[in-house]
Amino acid sequence: MDIFGIPHQALMGQIMLGLVNGAFYAVLSLGLAIIFGLLRIVNFAHGAFFMLGAFVAFLVGRYFGIGYWPAMIIAPLVVGVAGILFERFALRRIYKLDPLYGLFLTFGLVLVLEGGFRVFMGSSGNPFPTPASMRGVVDLGFMMLPIYRGFVILMAVIVCAGTWIVIEKTRMGAYLRAATERPELTQAFGINVPILLTLTYGAGVALAGFAGVLAAPIQHVNPSMGSDLVIIVFAIVVIGGLGSVLGSAVTGLGLGVIEGLAKVYYSEASTTVVFLVMALVLLLRPAGLFGREES
Amino acid sequence: MLSFPVSLRVSPAMKRGFFLVLLALLLAAPFFPQIIYPIFLMKMMCFALFACAFNLLLGHAGIVSFGHAAFFGGSAYITGYALRDLGWSTELAILAGVLFTTILGAAFGVLAIRRQGIYLAMITLALAQMVYFTFLQSSFTGAEDGMQPIPRGHLFGLVDLSDDSRLYFLVLACVIGGLWLVNRIVNSPFGEVLRAIREHEPRARSMGYAVDRYKIIAFALSAGLSGLAGSLKCVVFRLAALTDVHWHMSGDVILMTLLGGMNSVFGPAIGAVLISLLRHYFDALGAWVTVVIGIIFILCVLVFRRGVLGEINHLLSRRPATAVRPSKEEQNAQI
Repeated sequence: MDIFGIPHQALMGQIMLGLVNGAFYAVLSLGLAIIFGLLRIVNFAHGAFFMLGAFVAFLVGRYFGIGYWPAMIIAPLVVGVAGILFERFALRRIYKLDPLYGLFLTFGLVLVLEGGFRVFMGSSGNPFPTPASMRGVVDLGFMMLPIYRGFVILMAVIVCAGTWIVIEKTRMGAYLRAATERPELTQAFGINVPILLTLTYGAGVALAGFAGVLAAPIQHVNPSMGSDLVIIVFAIVVIGGLGSVLGSAVTGLGLGVIEGLAKVYYSEASTTVVFLVMALVLLLRPAGLFGREES
Repeated sequence: MLSFPVSLRVSPAMKRGFFLVLLALLLAAPFFPQIIYPIFLMKMMCFALFACAFNLLLGHAGIVSFGHAAFFGGSAYITGYALRDLGWSTELAILAGVLFTTILGAAFGVLAIRRQGIYLAMITLALAQMVYFTFLQSSFTGAEDGMQPIPRGHLFGLVDLSDDSRLYFLVLACVIGGLWLVNRIVNSPFGEVLRAIREHEPRARSMGYAVDRYKIIAFALSAGLSGLAGSLKCVVFRLAALTDVHWHMSGDVILMTLLGGMNSVFGPAIGAVLISLLRHYFDALGAWVTVVIGIIFILCVLVFRRGVLGEINHLLSRRPATAVRPSKEEQNAQI
């Protein structure tokens, strides 16, 4: 069975790969959106924290023999703490300035983290084994699905849904939304906004660290694995708008699939298709698909 | 919002004298290669022009572009192609690069100014990444290997530029011309309008200025001059490579500008020289250089936002502490 001259299996395989990439885009743009919403900081270091998560999982495995599943808890915690420290000692000082300084500051952190890992770990990739229980494929009837990739997509959906529930349905989420809309007023009601900012940054980058652990068995763990990704995520954020949690998730997954399709039909464009979509969206709907016009 | 130029307590005559001494030193430099290597000097001049051209947008129009590597590296590729594959004379090849990046800059501008501030930065970054991948996949660029060796060609078809010192004077002339143009643009009525837009865009719009057109022209000018710097670097090193279009280069030029001082015309050139020196003399340290540059970046943002020249101007024009305005309000020093 061919679809536009492409064998069915190959097409499904690429859509699958696209969904996996899209899962990472979704989780990363989600974290970016939350951080931007509250802190007004575009976190360039998001990709670096993603890389840090993957490295923590890799290193605790190598030096302490800790397996994949505990690492899935440990790595986001370590990344979250690193993020909290960075927020306390650096980001906090520039909230009153133009947001562009936030972009520059986090860019500096990217250089430090990437350079640091390159010094100590080298530039080449480190292979990371897929956990034993996740090896092999299942036959879905219409395609063969590698179990681990299915798991990644499932986890991404769970994380996005979980974040949405936390933000929309819990008291903590209500504080967060209040502080996003009116920080001074929220503070006046007795809510400790500075701590909320710190925790939000920590949680946002912990999400990136979690995505890094998920990515470790798929990509080789290497210092530049995050920054190329984060630029694509920026484009996705421009396409989707930083407005909504669901918007980021849908845009992320959707663009992953578009990228996968581009690989099948016109592989030269696969690296640029996201940016082309961005240009198109800017021309037709400058505020982004789900965005509100920023003030 | 309204603020007056911070007056330099250095008289115009002293400034002129300083520039003349600098020019004399630069003119004499190629005759003393044992003191400073001319190729390295040319590289620093290229980066100085690049940073000052970049600052047209950042410092004077308040537009953050995170995609200037596309202009710097893109122009190098076009010049390299014209020299190596088309066999054009050097000045035509450089002009081709400049023309290409001016158009590319206008295209970036048209798309990017549909959003503002931080979104605009992300858009330029994404567009530059698209340019990066396009060059990576084009047939003439040699992908990861880059284009090399590129012949330097003959100026006007006559003067052979393979001799370093002849090339040096061409580069010096082009860079001085470029910097003069930057200064001219900044201190022109056009530059005033750009600053008006930076300070209060709705007001500038309500005064009848076609804000979008001004921004796009600023983009094109900045891109074209950045392209001139990239083309010159390509001719100097006989090489056009991916590092020049990579987003690290966009970050580098931001750092040069911040470090030198973005509220000035020639401050970024100081930053460019400092960063080039750092990269040159500590090259052996490998990835540590990246870490150090990252730390400088962080320090510049946290404690040193005026930059070197901004700090100097601030010290020179120090008034009683109460009269000092916050740095954000500081107007461009007219140097």
